[in-house]
Amino acid sequence: MFAEFGYGILVVSFIVAIYSVFAAVYGATSKSAAMVESARRSMLLMFPLISLSAAALIYLLVNNHFEVAFVYEVTSRSMPTYLKVTAWWGGQAGSLVFWSWLLAAFASAVTIRKWERDIEFLPWVIVICSTTLIFFLGMVVVFENPFTRFWLVNGNVEPHMFAPANATLFTAGDGNGLNPLLRHPGMVIHPPMLYLGFVSYVIPYAFAMAALITGRTDDRWIRLTRRWSLWAWLFLSFGLVLGGRWAYDVLGWGGYWGWDPVEIAAFMPWLTGTAFLHSVMIQEKRGLLKHWNMILVILTYALVIFGTFLTRSGVLSSVHAFANSPIGPFFMGFVTLSLVVSIALVIWRWPMLRGETEMKSMLSREALFLLNNLLFMSVLVICFWGVIFPLVSELFTGQKVTVGPPFYERATAPIFAALMFLMGVAPLSAWGHSTIQTLGRAMWKSALAAAIITAVLFATYTQNYIALIGFFLIALVLLVTFQEFWRAARARQRAQSENFLTSLTRLMGRNRRRYGGYIIHISMMLMAIGILGIEIFQKETQGSLKQGDQLDIGGYTVEYRELASWDDSGKGVNFTRATIDVYKNGIYLGELNPRIDYYFDSQQNMTIPGNRSTFRDDLYVLLVDWQPVSSMGATFKIFVNPLVNWLWIGSLLFLVGIIFAAWPDRDPAEEPVRVARKANQTSAAD
Amino acid sequence: MKKFLYTLIFTFLLGALFTGVALAQGNNPPTDDEVNAVAHKLYCPVCESTPLDVCPTEACHDWRELIRTMLAEGKTEDEIIKHFEEQYGARVLAEPPKEGFYWLVYLLPPAVILAGAVVLFRSLKEWTKPKAAAPVSGGAGGASSSSAEKDEYVTRLEEELKKQK
Amino acid sequence: MTEETTNEKRGVSLPVQIAIWTFLAALLALVAFGLRRAQNPMAEIGKPVPQFDLEYYPGYEYNGTAKMSLADLQGKIVVINIWASWCKPCEQEAPDLEEAWQFYKDGGDVVFIGVDYVDTPAGASEYLTKFNISFPNAPDLKSNISSILNRQMGVPETYFIDRAGVLRHVKIGPFSSVNEIKSIIQGIE
Repeated sequence: MFAEFGYGILVVSFIVAIYSVFAAVYGATSKSAAMVESARRSMLLMFPLISLSAAALIYLLVNNHFEVAFVYEVTSRSMPTYLKVTAWWGGQAGSLVFWSWLLAAFASAVTIRKWERDIEFLPWVIVICSTTLIFFLGMVVVFENPFTRFWLVNGNVEPHMFAPANATLFTAGDGNGLNPLLRHPGMVIHPPMLYLGFVSYVIPYAFAMAALITGRTDDRWIRLTRRWSLWAWLFLSFGLVLGGRWAYDVLGWGGYWGWDPVEIAAFMPWLTGTAFLHSVMIQEKRGLLKHWNMILVILTYALVIFGTFLTRSGVLSSVHAFANSPIGPFFMGFVTLSLVVSIALVIWRWPMLRGETEMKSMLSREALFLLNNLLFMSVLVICFWGVIFPLVSELFTGQKVTVGPPFYERATAPIFAALMFLMGVAPLSAWGHSTIQTLGRAMWKSALAAAIITAVLFATYTQNYIALIGFFLIALVLLVTFQEFWRAARARQRAQSENFLTSLTRLMGRNRRRYGGYIIHISMMLMAIGILGIEIFQKETQGSLKQGDQLDIGGYTVEYRELASWDDSGKGVNFTRATIDVYKNGIYLGELNPRIDYYFDSQQNMTIPGNRSTFRDDLYVLLVDWQPVSSMGATFKIFVNPLVNWLWIGSLLFLVGIIFAAWPDRDPAEEPVRVARKANQTSAAD
Repeated sequence: MKKFLYTLIFTFLLGALFTGVALAQGNNPPTDDEVNAVAHKLYCPVCESTPLDVCPTEACHDWRELIRTMLAEGKTEDEIIKHFEEQYGARVLAEPPKEGFYWLVYLLPPAVILAGAVVLFRSLKEWTKPKAAAPVSGGAGGASSSSAEKDEYVTRLEEELKKQK
Repeated sequence: MTEETTNEKRGVSLPVQIAIWTFLAALLALVAFGLRRAQNPMAEIGKPVPQFDLEYYPGYEYNGTAKMSLADLQGKIVVINIWASWCKPCEQEAPDLEEAWQFYKDGGDVVFIGVDYVDTPAGASEYLTKFNISFPNAPDLKSNISSILNRQMGVPETYFIDRAGVLRHVKIGPFSSVNEIKSIIQGIE
């Protein structure tokens, strides 16, 4: 009943999406406002429709309808209700519905805005959004239907949507249960965040395409999608950070990022998205780089689609969901279509995208932004090549190879260092013109202070030259950025005769994107501290301990006290939990409980670390093995991860920064005009 | 950043460790740390992109024991890695060996990046040319330091404010 | 990076266009290759199995030959069982396979060949001893053979090849009984 309903609604929305594309194209080409309006309304209808279908799916998930194949695969009776709901995106078919649902939500949000000035974009934005929707819904409706049920046909259980002849519905007693790795809170929200980021990049792409198709290639599309791309970036960044935190908490290898193809596939659109956030400012300020921004938006969208395809189609790794389903070629077809159409449009409109002004100086802020873009693109090239090289190798040599962390680290480390240096310099450079002298004057104090800090670190903390270079750059960027806040607020304070704090808050409120950006820079530096700490100073040891035995590492002493193992049949989990005491310099600090959870339904282990986190370092203990008979001995792997906490602190600040930058302005028209006039009076410098 | 430097340091540490092991050959069984240090440089031959030292599967456990046995026999780290490569193919290495076709993985990105840099630099030169002489840029004219700094500052503030819409 | 020119109406030059489309075509071709490989197992049921060679573990040769190629076994039914010592489900079916081998061994008409997928020598010999395996066995450390037969879905997998060298049946996962093995072989005869 619910299954038929849900599927029926999906089919209806699929048809509505197809209609809206045709209506929009017809409306745009024949200048029929009524047809465009009809397309717009069908676009608006998509969200409630898919929501209904999703509600049916959630109903089935929550109520243990194990006759539905998808429900059987991702839930079990022992799972709590909230996990049954989140199992929605825990499997292939459900996550495709989830994608479609998000996309419909965003497309609707965009369609209900006021379109007066931009009415010519409307049909084409609808075409792009609906085409993407058709593709995702098509996969669900035709190949990967979450409402497929089990039927007993001549003694065999077969999955079908509708009852075959002589078949009776087959309901399994219990489901497989969600992959335990996906039951962690981080994993519950990590995929939807990434999907949100992915999906929201469809909107800027749709506007870019609309601009190309209509030939209205001025800045309008960029201004319309500026906030969208910020929010998209927020979700994508948050998704990546959560993924890292999840890896640290659950995967049990003491790290947060392993340069795995799946991770890199999510990182690549982030790189182009970040480059876009920067280069878009050049277009707004200077009218330059129209081509380039167009290319970046297309690249971001293409990487989202292409990355999803690569990681899920079994092209890169053999252990993935739809390796043997016809989704692969279908997806490939869509990737090809969108790449060919986008590239063809850019080439067609190339002459129209001419820049409006010239650049004045190689050290101007726009030039530095270009350099920033070059660096981000370099990281992208490295990542992309690293990800597809195993495929290239297999094609040409027949040999499988691994392209692992050493490759990426060696190649990207200098680029990240250069990016950090740019973060230190660019805020001091001016639009239009800067010289070595002006930059030097603005920078020397911060640079000197950073050098002193580095010298102190050299004397007291580390002699590792890479760490020192890193810390110098971090200090430089932090100082320069704080100085920017300080100087701007002081200048405003003098001009407006306010107190310093008022000046600072007003200044930041006036220019959210810039100061949000600076907050993000600061947060990046905090994250860099954490990354340097764990990458360069991480210590690890492993040992088998008898009860009462001790192990020393990085100033800590760890003593094995006891081990307990018990079943929790309600949750369907067997817990094996060790208790260890932690001492530092003879002082008792408390106990840690690393454990291994064994899930009966999916027959999988989870290694949960015991972690003691401070600003200085993390003591991260894993239970590797234990003696089953006597529980007398157990093997532990212990990491000391210095400074890694700053990675998470930085991540939080990062979120604050993006939200600050992306938050809608309350009153965009009022005050700034007055201040601008005032500022115009005070300076007639040029 | 990442483990690149960490690996460097560890190579030294390991060098030290292994001379130690070689000297103490047969006396002490290799410790877990010694085994993990070698395993860290190898990838699980069956699972996708999982380093051998952190791979939790039974299979990887066996391979770590193999490393332990080889260490106990006095094999060096390089010999063990070589052995794994011969037995299981290049995929057990953390990155492709620097030989033949595999050079492509190392050479292509720098080439592309360099090409990108050249294109960017040429475009920049082209853009800077036409108007470079026309407006006398404020800071460049060698104005006295304090006033230049101030002017620049006010200009920038003004720009910020202008930007509002 | 794009090159913006002072020439107002200049489009993308032909060589650049050719380069872009070539790059795109190459990329898509590469991905298509990967996709095809991911989608189509190399050995399909009803098709002849591609040739491959084996080098048996010492003590697990077939008829005293240390090396064999699949072509030598034409005219016999060949059962290729892919296993590994680290694979728990393999242990379930190991006794059944050995029992089935004992049943067919003397007839000389059916050959069982164990292919040890990416394993350690020590683990393999321990496993073979533990389950008293006596049918021919060969290592496949670089997963060449497994990838000739099929894209690896996991171990165990068993391939049934008929007298004409045609793949007739693939069993993914462990057998539940000796009778299951026997009935598949009977189905092929």
